[in-house]
Amino acid sequence: MKPAPFVRHVPRSLDEALKILAEVAGDDGRILAGGQSLVPIMAFRLAKPAHLVDINEVEGLDKIADDGQTLTIGARVRHAAFHKPVTANPLGALLAYVARHIAHYPIRMRGTFCGSLAHADPSSEWCLTAATLDAVMIAKSVKGIREIKAASFFDGIMSTHLKEDELLAEVRLPLLPADAKFGFYEFSRRAGDFAMSASLVTYRLDGGKMTDARVGLGGAEASPRRIAEAEAQLNGKAPGDAAFRAAGEAASAAIEPLEDHQTDAAYRRDLVKVVVRRALEHSLK
Amino acid sequence: MAEPKNKFIGRSVPRLEDRPLLTGRGRFAADVNFPGQWAMRVVRSPVAHGRLRGIDAAAALAMDGVHAVWTFADVAHLPPIPFRLTGLVELEPYRQHVLASEYVRYVGEPVAVVFAADAYIAEDAAEAVELDIEPLKPVMKATDEPGPFDESKRTEPSVIVKSYGDVEAAFRQADSIVTLELAVGRHSGVPLETRGAIGFYNEALGRLEMHGAAKVPHWNRDTIGRMLGRTRDDFQLFEGHVGGGFGIRGEIYPEDVIVCAAALHFKKPIKWIEDRREHLIAANHSRQQTHRIRAAIDRKGRILAIDDEFFHDNGAYMRTHAATVPDLAAAMLPGPYRVPAYRATGHIRLTNKTPCGTYRAPGRYESTFVRERLIDAIAANVGVNKVEIRKRNLLPQSAMPYALNLDTLGTHIVYDSGDYALLLDKALERAGWAKLQKEIAKRRANGEKVGAGVAMFVEKSGLGPFDDVRLEIKADGGIELVTGAASVGQGIETAMAQICAETLGVDYATINVVHGQTDRIGRGLGAFASRVTVMTGEATRRASERLRSKALTLAAELMQADPEQLDIVDGEIVREGGAGPSMKLSDLAKAKPGELIAEDSFESKHMVYPYGVHVAAVRVDAETGAVAIEKYVMAYDVGRAVNPTLVEGQIAGGLAQGIGGALYEEFLYDEGGEPLSVTFADYLMPTAREVPPSSILITEDAPSPLNPLGLKGAGEGGTNPVGAAIASAIDDALQRPGAIVSLPVTPQRLRAICAKT
Repeated sequence: MKPAPFVRHVPRSLDEALKILAEVAGDDGRILAGGQSLVPIMAFRLAKPAHLVDINEVEGLDKIADDGQTLTIGARVRHAAFHKPVTANPLGALLAYVARHIAHYPIRMRGTFCGSLAHADPSSEWCLTAATLDAVMIAKSVKGIREIKAASFFDGIMSTHLKEDELLAEVRLPLLPADAKFGFYEFSRRAGDFAMSASLVTYRLDGGKMTDARVGLGGAEASPRRIAEAEAQLNGKAPGDAAFRAAGEAASAAIEPLEDHQTDAAYRRDLVKVVVRRALEHSLK
Repeated sequence: MAEPKNKFIGRSVPRLEDRPLLTGRGRFAADVNFPGQWAMRVVRSPVAHGRLRGIDAAAALAMDGVHAVWTFADVAHLPPIPFRLTGLVELEPYRQHVLASEYVRYVGEPVAVVFAADAYIAEDAAEAVELDIEPLKPVMKATDEPGPFDESKRTEPSVIVKSYGDVEAAFRQADSIVTLELAVGRHSGVPLETRGAIGFYNEALGRLEMHGAAKVPHWNRDTIGRMLGRTRDDFQLFEGHVGGGFGIRGEIYPEDVIVCAAALHFKKPIKWIEDRREHLIAANHSRQQTHRIRAAIDRKGRILAIDDEFFHDNGAYMRTHAATVPDLAAAMLPGPYRVPAYRATGHIRLTNKTPCGTYRAPGRYESTFVRERLIDAIAANVGVNKVEIRKRNLLPQSAMPYALNLDTLGTHIVYDSGDYALLLDKALERAGWAKLQKEIAKRRANGEKVGAGVAMFVEKSGLGPFDDVRLEIKADGGIELVTGAASVGQGIETAMAQICAETLGVDYATINVVHGQTDRIGRGLGAFASRVTVMTGEATRRASERLRSKALTLAAELMQADPEQLDIVDGEIVREGGAGPSMKLSDLAKAKPGELIAEDSFESKHMVYPYGVHVAAVRVDAETGAVAIEKYVMAYDVGRAVNPTLVEGQIAGGLAQGIGGALYEEFLYDEGGEPLSVTFADYLMPTAREVPPSSILITEDAPSPLNPLGLKGAGEGGTNPVGAAIASAIDDALQRPGAIVSLPVTPQRLRAICAKT
């Protein structure tokens, strides 16, 4: 569990980082941010990047900005930055609640929000959050800036549509309506483990009926995504057991579940029913 | 002789060994370095079963910093690793060579080793060693019909049969017969310090040394020495701090032998530190058994006979423990109950998986699960509750000592003392059983799936046949206690110091306990089988008595007193009644240099048998299959607790491991023999969040009659019945007796049980 040889580059500015990344991209160069996923993978030699572009010394990447419309999260913002709400908008409380479910405290002190998205683990809480809230990814390279919508960012298990010379420089999350409700639930074998299924939901109430419902599902398929079939079961209905169960059933029927050696597809499909319903129930607490 | 005035036995004094550990000055295997050392990396088979056609190390050897690559040809002169315990002759062809020759038989089997300038280069080079292996079909199930393992070997090298009484007659006369098939999953002790070994050839002394020893240094010294052609004078083992033992650490593995052979061959220090992935596929696995058990009972649910046939999945080789685990499973299965006739037939089976050895409560975690499931099934059969059925079958205190008519580990099993019914009552009281039942009924009425379980067990401890202790009072007043026992973190230094201090009449903190150093004492049996407190403890008491009387005799001359009228209090020799001049032990040591030395031994042919009761209450989430342990009570009678806090530590830590086997930990393989649990993300150890608060009741109702202090070992009672107790509680929560038939109870498996109506 010693990594294969690599060269570590330590740029001080974003321009320098992008320049180095452009140079080493073709030679299996990778960005090193918090290292909480990449470093273990390197220790197992499942990844053997020849170059690491360490962005921990790059100025300005650790900013969180709320412009009244959007929350912008820089490339080096750690998970722990969200332990307390980063904005008075309900999004702040949502992110704080979700953040507590990410791995363990030491990992949250080091791992980054953008790193999680770039790593694209199917169970990642932040990937689920980005997919549910339709985040916009800002990818930068020496060639310029690209905006990528969450729905077209993920490309299966641990894969994204980022190009090899692109740095995920920031992620923009739209603020929630002031009266938005949210709920989150995940199921894992142990506290801090990768979720076998996780759901994040938001909606508003209009005359006692749910509207603008978003039902995100993570850990169940190759990439987290919104489940339109479940959302359709919520919009126009009163929040409560009947609608929540229907949404869970709809999500369960709509997915192509992942399988692994501990979890078969049938169990995961069954679990999704419960996880979506419990996320919705959490929205009432 | 007057009763010593310093009381240390029975007090929860702080551990003497903690200071370096708590201040970051521990010295574990990886901390041992020698100038000019080479790093060793093991090239392991990526194939579960195959014919090894060739190894090409040219690319590895061409790399900068690579010194050598060894394959079987380089170690062909070394014999396979011998058996330490329960070494049945028919198992000998199944012993493991230190490197594979013609066949590979599990993923992780050492095939070659690379020696390089550092661990990074060694790992780079190990990846460059090319193996030409022709894959063969692996054997993955121990319950399949026995067949060939290769041209000359069978998948069933031996069958263990243990029995007494007329089993057939009992089944003919039974009012009812209860039959179950039960399985325990493959898991093992996973110390947080991985294995490590450093071989060093000391040119000045002409002496080979191995650092990183644990558990059984003397036996390993003698055995590796024989393998390498060294004598006990020119080969020594040194134990540093050890980050957990649990049965699996410290046995002789291929890597230990290779570092020593290479240090001798190259005359270079050779350092090998195992990584976690290696550990999970290379260090001993344990536990995997399937039992088909039946009980003949009368209409009251009293056991007339038990007949158990089981299949022990030992993996690809027989390692140092040989038949120990299945032997113990068969011998200890009857537990605390009266079983008039008994037969166990244990099939030792080989599979293309990591070889197995002992793990904390070996054979008993398995057989307690099986027996206690059986007792619960008997309760359901006759319609009484799980407490009543146990009371009807427990051996009474009047039956003690109780000869079970079975043997294990070269000893006759004779339960030396015990009042099982009393401890059951105490455990139920501690658990608030009656109130718990009411609460459960109330919550169940509200739709919650909650339930409680009970499991009882008899443990074994204090395996002989001997232990020696040597004591010396140094001129500075310090007392050195040298033993051939070993420390795997259990607190031996403190416990031995307490026994010595109380017997001798000194402060326990003045005693320096030396262990695990083969050059300091001629022989020793190390630390396993919960033996140290009993065996080394009694040897310590005897040596301390001897030293005390020597000190008093010598002091009497100088103090012009009768030794009978002298006492030692807090390191000072005083006259009875405290009148007149006194003398410090250190002054006596200065006056009589080299004379205040005493040695003694304790020999014992019988083990001593602690016993316990666990009570668990759980809540089942029927929709996900998750289990939450809401309450856990452990009552354990250890005869006499030298240090109650240390005993509690043993029990609490043991519980965590028991929970691991019950709910989380499992070495899984795919059909081709590829191990699937190779990281801590796949092999799930319970963490602080999964281990519930527990309540521990230590009792001393049944001191052992086999040693004067009444000691019994305490190392394994926290682990033994946990799978059984949790299974019983889950059954109760589901209101479905017999629902749980295998461990671990994973969410997916439990969800499937809940979904079945």
